[in-house]
Amino acid sequence: MNTQPVLEVKDLVTKFYTLEGVVHAVNGVSFDLEEGEALAIVGESGSGKSVTVMSILGLILSPPGKVEGGQAYFAGKYGQCDLLKLPPAELRNVRGGQIGFVFQDPISSLNPILTIGEQISETLVKHLGMSGEEAHKKTIELLEQVGIPDPKMRYRNYPHQFSGGMRQRVMIAIAIACNPAIIIADEPTTALDVTIQAQIVDLFQRLRNVIGVAVIWITHDLGVVAGLADRVLVMYGGRVAEIALVDDLYEHPQHPYTIGLLGALTRLDARESKRLVSIEGTPPDMLIPVTHCPFAPRCPYAFERCWQEIPPLIEVGKQHRTSCFYDLDKRRPRDG
Amino acid sequence: MATNRAAQTNDSFLDIERTFWDRLVYASRFLWRDQSAIIGLFLFLVVVVAAIFSPQLTPYDPLDQNLRNNKIPPAWSAEGSWDHPLGTDSLGRDILSRVIYGTRVSLTIGFFGVLMAGGIGLIMGTIAGYFGGRVDAVIMGAVNLILSLPYLLFVVFIAAILGRSLLNVVLIFGITDAPIFARVTRGEVLRIRESGYVESAISSGARWGRIIFDHILPNLIGPFLTLATFEMSAMIFYEASLGFLGLSVPPTVPSWGNMLASGRTYLTSAPWIATFPGLAIMFTSLGMNLLGDWLRDVLDPRLRRARK
Amino acid sequence: MQRYFLTRLLQSVLLLFGVLLLVFLMVRMTGDPARLMMSREASPEEVESFREAMGFNRPVLVQFGDFFTRAIVGDFGKSLHFKTPAMEMVLERLTATLQLASVALLFAILVAIPLGLIGGFNPGSPADSLGRMVTLFGQSIPNFWLALILILFFAVRLGWLPSFGRDEWKSVIMPAFVLSLPTMGRIVRLTRSSVLEIRAEDFIRTAHSKGLEPKVIYVKHVLGNILIPLVSVIGVSFGYLLGGSSYIELIFSWPGMGSLFLQAIGWRDFPLVQAIAVFVSVVVITLNLLTDISYVIIDPRIRYGD
Repeated sequence: MNTQPVLEVKDLVTKFYTLEGVVHAVNGVSFDLEEGEALAIVGESGSGKSVTVMSILGLILSPPGKVEGGQAYFAGKYGQCDLLKLPPAELRNVRGGQIGFVFQDPISSLNPILTIGEQISETLVKHLGMSGEEAHKKTIELLEQVGIPDPKMRYRNYPHQFSGGMRQRVMIAIAIACNPAIIIADEPTTALDVTIQAQIVDLFQRLRNVIGVAVIWITHDLGVVAGLADRVLVMYGGRVAEIALVDDLYEHPQHPYTIGLLGALTRLDARESKRLVSIEGTPPDMLIPVTHCPFAPRCPYAFERCWQEIPPLIEVGKQHRTSCFYDLDKRRPRDG
Repeated sequence: MATNRAAQTNDSFLDIERTFWDRLVYASRFLWRDQSAIIGLFLFLVVVVAAIFSPQLTPYDPLDQNLRNNKIPPAWSAEGSWDHPLGTDSLGRDILSRVIYGTRVSLTIGFFGVLMAGGIGLIMGTIAGYFGGRVDAVIMGAVNLILSLPYLLFVVFIAAILGRSLLNVVLIFGITDAPIFARVTRGEVLRIRESGYVESAISSGARWGRIIFDHILPNLIGPFLTLATFEMSAMIFYEASLGFLGLSVPPTVPSWGNMLASGRTYLTSAPWIATFPGLAIMFTSLGMNLLGDWLRDVLDPRLRRARK
Repeated sequence: MQRYFLTRLLQSVLLLFGVLLLVFLMVRMTGDPARLMMSREASPEEVESFREAMGFNRPVLVQFGDFFTRAIVGDFGKSLHFKTPAMEMVLERLTATLQLASVALLFAILVAIPLGLIGGFNPGSPADSLGRMVTLFGQSIPNFWLALILILFFAVRLGWLPSFGRDEWKSVIMPAFVLSLPTMGRIVRLTRSSVLEIRAEDFIRTAHSKGLEPKVIYVKHVLGNILIPLVSVIGVSFGYLLGGSSYIELIFSWPGMGSLFLQAIGWRDFPLVQAIAVFVSVVVITLNLLTDISYVIIDPRIRYGD
């Protein structure tokens, strides 16, 4: 692609200063997002995936959190800017207006005492300067677009009167209301039924085709990713472990953690029943800053160098990067 | 005893369930950072020490009347002297000594009152939660009745009928405060019943007695301790209220409430008689409320340490 | 929702029955209500004729039936001290207590809500510390003692405020202030903790992610949600104030139901005591019922529950 990426994150660092010590949540994360692309960010709880995207948009509770380094270049409506350096008022314009959010738990993510119509309209009023009436009309259109039946009546309903899947559609309506360039979805289907999950993934796909919006989809479930993502970014210990095109990642993983994740997948159509492989060991204690590869304690291929340096992200193929000193194809440590 | 699961492998360091003691130990490390809790503890200890060592700490016998020395003001005013640092009352009794001995009355009433209320409440709540149905309805009916009454009015009412004695006061508080403990107990029993504990415990052969000891009681220690601290503080206040009307312990006993009663009569001529017992009540309550606040924060079972 | 209303109503009725039963039994706790109500110097004959006159010789159930049927219509007999119908006296004094409790509630709300809000939005700030002090002291100071101290200071030494009675508008200031302190403390704490709780909720994160102005988030999203528990606490607090004003009324010689109650206790005028106890209980129970109902009406989750 020769066009500029709509989002370029470089060396993002975020720490949390808690009573128990400093949590190094994000330790130098870099990635790009192209226009209209769907990027999945995958990792365990605590790998830093949510914190990464929240840091970019200033949604980290500070104190105790603090974004301490890096840049986040966003190609927005008004040109390029570093989101991390924007003054608060302008950042608020980007949030909701140019970058939309969908959160995990639709039950708790919607204000229980406001109608859902109101919760959608308020973004339209704020970002697009619509009047109450115009916003009301547009909201009904949005509700239709996300597949909520009888939108005129549903406008006046409260969140608790909707099912989980419907609520998530409302959240999506909020996210796309102002025609954003990017939608960031933080585990949007984790709290939902498997069948509803599929519907929501479909909805996202449809919206991508119709509106051309880029999507960052955060999840810990590689299975969900397959249907939607163009590229996948695997995070571990607050760092990027591997990033690749989706097919490449599934067929040709270059990081032992990715292999572990893939191995933990079950497929309904597997010919032989494979044993559920779980990755040995426990996730790292994010209180301790590491000077070695964070995955080394759990890695079956770890050798001396893994314990001495932090592996940088290196290119291992077309749009394929990994941070591992071990060459899985050649079954020996990499040169250089 | 209570549940103590180690950190799970998958969902990492988010949910580490701790036993009651773990939490207490962990939190006492923070006691040093939370100055108000230290103040509370200090005040509480001062009161306890004063109560235990009253005879050693007081220069005079609190009952010692000396009409020639009556209504002497505290040491820092013109007519006062360090013989009676806080002055004397209308009958010439030394106020400092009476205030110190007053700790015994207050702590006794508070401690035994809470013990009784907690005990009765525990039994009532367990029965209500265990049997459910009609038994539950009747017990909770009584609980709700007592809790919706204007407390002070009814306490004064009963005290007036029963007459002045330490035992009566303890009984009154022990019974009228039991509903609060009963409610908490019943809540916990119901929660345990509805969680998987009971079924899995029974299916592994446990009897109800075991279940009560292993699962219900440990979870109750935290809330009970917190509640006990606050209720004790409240009882000390209510004893003073009753004493103020002459409905608490007999008039010869040096209780803060009794002192306030006589203090009121001489408010303009000898205001120190009322001032010091009131201050004593205030600092005792303050100390216990601070401790209670700290305990509540520390023992909150919903307090999980999430690290991201 | 209607089922809820009916259930609560039924509960309240049962509670009222319980109160009457309790009040009836309390006077008979020592076994001889006549002895209880007469002075210690009364001769056995006087006590016996008193017992006859009051009907204490009849079977207990009959007595209760009589008591109950009369109580429902507000007849609690004659005050032993004043010789006039007890309930009449109570109603005469009602306005004064209502006035005191209302002003106290007003003080409490005007001070506590702003302090609680500031504390919740800026935890750790000096204003927050002030708020937490108010909570602490409001619940630790024995308020009748404080009343004495304040009278000594403002009335006797400084002469700014009257020390007793209900004659001028200034008279209500000290008693209402002292009465309001525990409630003030309670409301500060509730407001503060509600604000902190709501701010940590996911939907506030959503509001931030929509890029809304902080002002909008605070007023529309946060405050809207604390209204519900706040209304509940205010309703209940008013009940506490009405029921707990007796000592303050006594000390300030405020002519309300509370001071009458304490005086009646002193006179062993138990018909009057009973009348006041029941009346105040009825008011408190009704208030709780109304508060619960309003809660249901305000919260859309319950109003439009499925």
